[in-house]
Amino acid sequence: MTNRSPFLISALAFGFAFLYVPILLLIVFSFNESKLVTVWGGFSFKWYGELFQDEQLLGAAKISLLIAAMSATLATLLGTMAGLIMARFGRFKGRTLFSGMITAPMVMPEVITGLAILLMFVVLEELTGWPDGRGITTITIAHTTFAMAYVTIVIQSRLSQMDDSVEEAAMDLGARPLKVFFLITLPIIAPALVSGWLLAFTLSLDDLVTTSFAAGPSSSTLPMVVFSSVRLGVTPKINALATIVVGLATLAIVMAGYIMHRQEQQRKRAMQRALAEQDAL
Amino acid sequence: MSQQARSLQDQVARTEKGEASDLLKPLIQIEGVTKSFGDFVAVNNVSLTIYQGELFSLLGGSGCGKTTLLRMLAGFETPTSGRILIDGQDMTRVPPYERPVNMMFQSYALFPHMTVEQNVAFGLKQDGLPRDQVRQRVAEMLDLVELGHLGRRKPHELSGGQRQRVALARALAKRPKVLLLDEPLGALDKKLRERTQLELVNIQENLGITFVVVTHDQEEAMTMSTRVAIMNQGRILQVDTPHAMYEYPNTRFVAEFFGSVNIFEGPLLEDEPGHVVIGCPDLSVPIYVGHGISSREGATVYAAVRPEKIALSKEPPADATYNTATGVVEDIVYLGGESTYLVRLDSGRLVRVDLQNQTRSSEPELTWHDRVHVSWEHSNVVVVTS
Ligand SMILES: Nc1ncnc2c1ncn2[C@@H]1O[C@H](COP(=O)(O)OP(=O)(O)OP(=O)(O)O)[C@@H](O)[C@H]1O
Ligand SMILES: [Mg+2]
Repeated sequence: MTNRSPFLISALAFGFAFLYVPILLLIVFSFNESKLVTVWGGFSFKWYGELFQDEQLLGAAKISLLIAAMSATLATLLGTMAGLIMARFGRFKGRTLFSGMITAPMVMPEVITGLAILLMFVVLEELTGWPDGRGITTITIAHTTFAMAYVTIVIQSRLSQMDDSVEEAAMDLGARPLKVFFLITLPIIAPALVSGWLLAFTLSLDDLVTTSFAAGPSSSTLPMVVFSSVRLGVTPKINALATIVVGLATLAIVMAGYIMHRQEQQRKRAMQRALAEQDAL
Repeated sequence: MSQQARSLQDQVARTEKGEASDLLKPLIQIEGVTKSFGDFVAVNNVSLTIYQGELFSLLGGSGCGKTTLLRMLAGFETPTSGRILIDGQDMTRVPPYERPVNMMFQSYALFPHMTVEQNVAFGLKQDGLPRDQVRQRVAEMLDLVELGHLGRRKPHELSGGQRQRVALARALAKRPKVLLLDEPLGALDKKLRERTQLELVNIQENLGITFVVVTHDQEEAMTMSTRVAIMNQGRILQVDTPHAMYEYPNTRFVAEFFGSVNIFEGPLLEDEPGHVVIGCPDLSVPIYVGHGISSREGATVYAAVRPEKIALSKEPPADATYNTATGVVEDIVYLGGESTYLVRLDSGRLVRVDLQNQTRSSEPELTWHDRVHVSWEHSNVVVVTS
């Protein structure tokens, strides 16, 4: 073991504190009996109870989940196509422009993206009568727009790691290009599809700025409701909500980690077995 | 080499000369094929005929265009110009999934999400073969490569040698007319590679499928092939049996690439139909060669002598008018079956001589700093003009 200086240890402690003390405080205060967020009045589940009676918050959560699921699915679909073109189409005219345009929503200020999308919806509605007002559909479309950029990057990097000759081998054995895609490429990049989908899901779930532009009166998402209620004063109910979200996220991460760890272990064991057999020959 | 392969070689030679009554059928005809990537010419005007049942090797250094030529046979690249015929049919623009050839990839390219059995069955399923026939053929193929017991494993659960055999089984499963192999043994260690070479030849002869093998290992080409084509910078320099390639190289490049060789450079002094004489500044006497060449007197030519065809002795040879020189043993490399002697000639030129170790005595007859005479028979020299 190397000699760890007190400086390094305090740097580590400070870093962790910076990241996690606010979240810890939030969790602790969600069990606070008192109505005042900053005054400890004893342990209780009171605010969790109130949370599950708040129709407005629950409704918003439902809308948010629905939008997140739909836009993540759409973004994964479109992002896969874009990633495929970027990784497999070779050089074509306007490739640099295409790749720049795909990643633009990632660097563009969200206010501008939101405004642009709002403008598009307004013009479209005037010309074609669709979309009829703004609501869940328009939010979903807006979320798909920026989430797709992230999904494309994830898929493209997975595809460029993949050995091209695997696809060529399938074609060599008689599979037409479309079949190669569904039988070979898609199953191999499936993990990237899943992580792209999850990424798009979380991006959609906590987006506030773009959503505000694309939302209508009857389609407030969870972040919008939380944000507006916090402006009237923070209630411990929000702390309870946040604690649940943190808990779910932690659970998801731990589960994903566990599954991946187990797969890795299985792979290692199988590899060792194969090597042992070869040596025995 | 089996007797079967030997008689195929003879038959190919007779067919090429057009003198056989049992003319062989050309299976692959490559006619003036060129492939350019932008300005870069990767394959340059290659013409080649490969016959049914051959194990044909494409041999050449890195980047000489072997893989590109093979990929054009498989259909992954389209020639910039020229034609490719397989079994008499023009395949130049036919996509890979409609060609009667299969390829075994250098990286093996196994499908990572499928088991060994599913990998081997993939091509058969694409042909729409009934399920019980697929199962039967897969079992047959896995037995052929001795992997019957590992059918349910995934590729990442296999060792390198096992993966190589799965790739072979998968490529053979459809019984293609031609199997293309890109450096099939490149990823294996030396011992496994030598064993696998023989297995590959056995399988090829038993199934009667024509193999086209890309390799950069001349020993591998020599042990396995009925014929070899040597490539350099996108061109084919010589197509011959390994034996003819070794004994009668047509260029300096081929002589040097295919085995080791001593090259003596000098002007052509006498050019007769039955012999030539070359003046060589490296030797004290001229070189006499027992075959004629078509070149003009005074032109610079190269005499190639293989290291094992040179005699080494302390006594001068009986006839010292041609093909001999004196020098000092500078280095001896013991290789088990034979030893390599590096002799520094009086002209300063280094000559390599390989001698068999026929006795077990640890004291060889010749040792460091001995003064020796090198000499060779006039029938053991080959002259090339470039
Ligand atoms: N798609 C491509 N685009 C541009 N150049 C290419 C392409 N494919 C091959 N080349 C070039 O063509 C030349 C021949 O390549 P090829 O892969 O056929 O070589 P090789 O003989 O198989 O070499 P190695 O023994 O290293 O595999 C190389 O210089 C390579 O850079
Ligand atoms: Mg290659």
